[in-house]
Amino acid sequence: MTKTTEKKKDVTILFAGDSGDGMQLTGSLFTNTNALYGNDISTFPDFPAEIRAPQGTVAGVSGFKLHFASIDIFTPGDEVEVIVAMNAAALKANIGQLRMGGTVIANTAGFDKKNLRLAKYDDEANPLLDQTLDKFRVIEIDVTKMTKEALINSGLGTKEIDRCKNMFVLGFLLWMYNRSLETTQKFIGEKFAKNDSIREANLNALKAGYYFGDTNETFTSRYEVESAHLPKGEYRSIMGNQAAAIGAIAAAKKAGLNLFYGSYPITPASDILHELARHKNFGVKTFQAEDEIAAICAAIGASYGGSLGVTASSGPGIALKGEAIGLAIMLEIPLLIINVQRGGPSTGLPTKTEQSDLMQAMYGRNGEAPLAIVAASSPSDCFEAIYEAARITVEHMTPVIFLSDGFIANGSEPWKFPKSSELTPINARFANKEKSMKDGTFYPYKRNSDLVREWAIPGTEGLTHRVGGLEKENETGNVSYDPANHELMVNIRQEKVDLIAHDIPNQEMTQGETSGKVLVLGWGSTYGAIRTAVRELIGDGHSVSHAHIRYLNPFPKNLGDLLSAFDTIVVPEINNGQLVHIINAKYGVGAIGVNKIQGLPYTAREIKERILELM
Amino acid sequence: MQTETLEPKYTAKDFATDQDVRWCPGCGDYSILKQMQSTMAEAGIDKKDIVFVSGIGCSSRFPYYMDTYGIHSIHGRATAMASGLKASRPDLSVWIITGDGDSLSIGGNHLIHLLRRNFNVNILLFNNEIYGLTKGQYSPTSPKGQVTKSTPMGSLDHPFNPQALALGADATFVARTMDRDPKHMRDVLKIANDHQGTSLVEIYQNCNVFNDGAFEVYTDKASKAETTIMVEEGQPLIFGQERDKGIRLNGMKPEIVSLKDCSADELWIHDSSDRMKATILSRMFDNNALEGGLPRPFGVFYQEDRFRYEEAMQAQVEQAISIKGEGDLDKLIRGGHYWTV
Repeated sequence: MTKTTEKKKDVTILFAGDSGDGMQLTGSLFTNTNALYGNDISTFPDFPAEIRAPQGTVAGVSGFKLHFASIDIFTPGDEVEVIVAMNAAALKANIGQLRMGGTVIANTAGFDKKNLRLAKYDDEANPLLDQTLDKFRVIEIDVTKMTKEALINSGLGTKEIDRCKNMFVLGFLLWMYNRSLETTQKFIGEKFAKNDSIREANLNALKAGYYFGDTNETFTSRYEVESAHLPKGEYRSIMGNQAAAIGAIAAAKKAGLNLFYGSYPITPASDILHELARHKNFGVKTFQAEDEIAAICAAIGASYGGSLGVTASSGPGIALKGEAIGLAIMLEIPLLIINVQRGGPSTGLPTKTEQSDLMQAMYGRNGEAPLAIVAASSPSDCFEAIYEAARITVEHMTPVIFLSDGFIANGSEPWKFPKSSELTPINARFANKEKSMKDGTFYPYKRNSDLVREWAIPGTEGLTHRVGGLEKENETGNVSYDPANHELMVNIRQEKVDLIAHDIPNQEMTQGETSGKVLVLGWGSTYGAIRTAVRELIGDGHSVSHAHIRYLNPFPKNLGDLLSAFDTIVVPEINNGQLVHIINAKYGVGAIGVNKIQGLPYTAREIKERILELM
Repeated sequence: MQTETLEPKYTAKDFATDQDVRWCPGCGDYSILKQMQSTMAEAGIDKKDIVFVSGIGCSSRFPYYMDTYGIHSIHGRATAMASGLKASRPDLSVWIITGDGDSLSIGGNHLIHLLRRNFNVNILLFNNEIYGLTKGQYSPTSPKGQVTKSTPMGSLDHPFNPQALALGADATFVARTMDRDPKHMRDVLKIANDHQGTSLVEIYQNCNVFNDGAFEVYTDKASKAETTIMVEEGQPLIFGQERDKGIRLNGMKPEIVSLKDCSADELWIHDSSDRMKATILSRMFDNNALEGGLPRPFGVFYQEDRFRYEEAMQAQVEQAISIKGEGDLDKLIRGGHYWTV
């Protein structure tokens, strides 16, 4: 029997199962195959806050969403076309995302009475048997049984065999989407190089899934998503937190500094610590401190000693670090502070995304305590954005907050990575006896035309001096309670941050004309959704443009002019209206906020609808 | 053959700064500053390689008066700040200046973690059993019942015993000295400086404005001989005006004996490498002013050679380099799997 192949521009698949079912791995491996094939890709893992929530329950469902395409894409997809549901709970938790006419691939063994009860289906009614899924195409496979049969001679126990069922599913999907098994086979070969029986079992389960699709007469059509026309170059797949870690190392290297990372574990920032700890051969020192305050203070201590001090957390931890950030502002030394935002306030929604710490970054300290803020807009953009944050902190001797969030931190996409030689140089200016002393005296707070002081580190001959959190006299740095001096210093610290505007690029349009009816102004992780929505609106003939701000403090010099060229400014945010507030306070342009605060990213469709309502 | 030493030679005065010292006249801090300046002069460490790190409180003004590098940081965090500094710069001589409120109340967490990690740094804990800079509230070392501005009917807090706390946190060096005994202080500071690891030196320091005489029973010439015992390595624990009393261990229990009834051989011989004995010493914490009891010990209670965090951290960096080679930025950026379009 011949099987047909249908071409598709893009497909969104959601792999969902118990948190122990290996769905994250399955999704990642399917992603890698498609990335290597040349698709454009965007992924988003969605896992429960509990490490091992009760098996079979909706709370325990772990999902991995993958959008792959032959066209440029910027989001993990609004609606899902295929859901792989390893059990009833996985289906129940995610069926709302499936588009009309979409496909459910259900592991029937996960829909027995026990699973239906745990998933809390009314009267244990099986959705595979009633009308629940009438609007969808349902492919039922007893994955558990098929895997068991395929591995009957493996010599493995039931539990170990059961762990291979995700490979069966992966094999089937690779068949369905016309992909080779090669990448996955290579991965399994490396991962289980030392365990022959487990390696063979996984490889056999993978092949069994593939051949099941190939030989079973129920499945008559396969799909093909051709490679995307991505710009020429070398690519890799990267997650946001990984990109942030690598970007920080790159910046330290280019600046000729050692990187010291002080941090306390917190979701969703911990992966940066894990990544950095793997790269000690770059002179990276990672310090898991006793608490958030110790983490930042250790980073300040390291910066004071001449390293690039970096600390990271999420909103609750940043709140604890507030006083120490103020100290770094007073010391006028480099300090890179990473906030991977999550749903707040308080403990809030640890595993869910939000953009609600912009005000905290801007104002969340006692006293007049300005600092620079840089935000990443996508997983791969974390590299460039954190690199810029590090450049500013080193060259302007001021703490910088780098904002990311749970969505881009855990999401992944292909990244056309740069060569290290293409990265902007970073120049640390250290004080020394020869150039920094005047008439035999060292003035630690003497500044250049950007109001930046030199970095005077212990071990430097002749420059012994004392610094601290008390207000200090300009130039000498001596403690001073003089009223006029305090006002002078407050203004200097503000102006120093304002002057960074001369050292960052002008704001550019992401897409659309430089003037017109509507400007959609975004920051951070809404980038993909806004970009997709505005592309469609422009395609439909609307006068809409999109600008996405990376430098949130200070703003690019031309931002005010850029805003004034539009009739209406719309600011979509995953918060209750923070950037819009700052924009209106500064430029008085009457920008309109459109907000979503559900712990979830915006979809392109939602943004498109909100913009259309305002037009 | 005579060689010319390359060590810079300093006098105590070389460590004074041009800043006016602003502690209250008569404050015990003056004595500590003077001994510290002498200690640093004798230690011969290059000034450029010394950093004093402090938190907040009267004592924390200290770095402004030492002509070395210094940070006057935020309340309770000097220990954390110093950890990052030492971890990244093992070459520096790092001194933490803190008080009883700074290190045992707001900074209590960082103190115990610093002690267990055993960075090679020194802590001078100025204990005056009161909050001075905020004008006279009780502190975590104030005795229960102390009447202060915030406790007009007497403090309800059971006080910390800093020596016992430090030993409980597995400190590798704990010592106690006092502002009124400059020679003893200087001796202890010297041993602390030589110790490889975190040295905690608790200094009884008189706040003559808000808590005058808190330690008078231990510092006053008339009572001192009966209320204190100066422990010295390898020596029996002897005290008393006539040096006619000693401490003997009856099992785990220390007891006062008269040397008339007991020979010196039977006395407790001080051994600072013995953790159990150090623990017992730290528990000789009777309130002599009120109840008498066992004399309060001074000196180096405990000293242990244990790996230093910053050395182990540096060793991991070097190990990583020897296994993987010096970091190659392009390889890092490219990652394990990449493809060409």
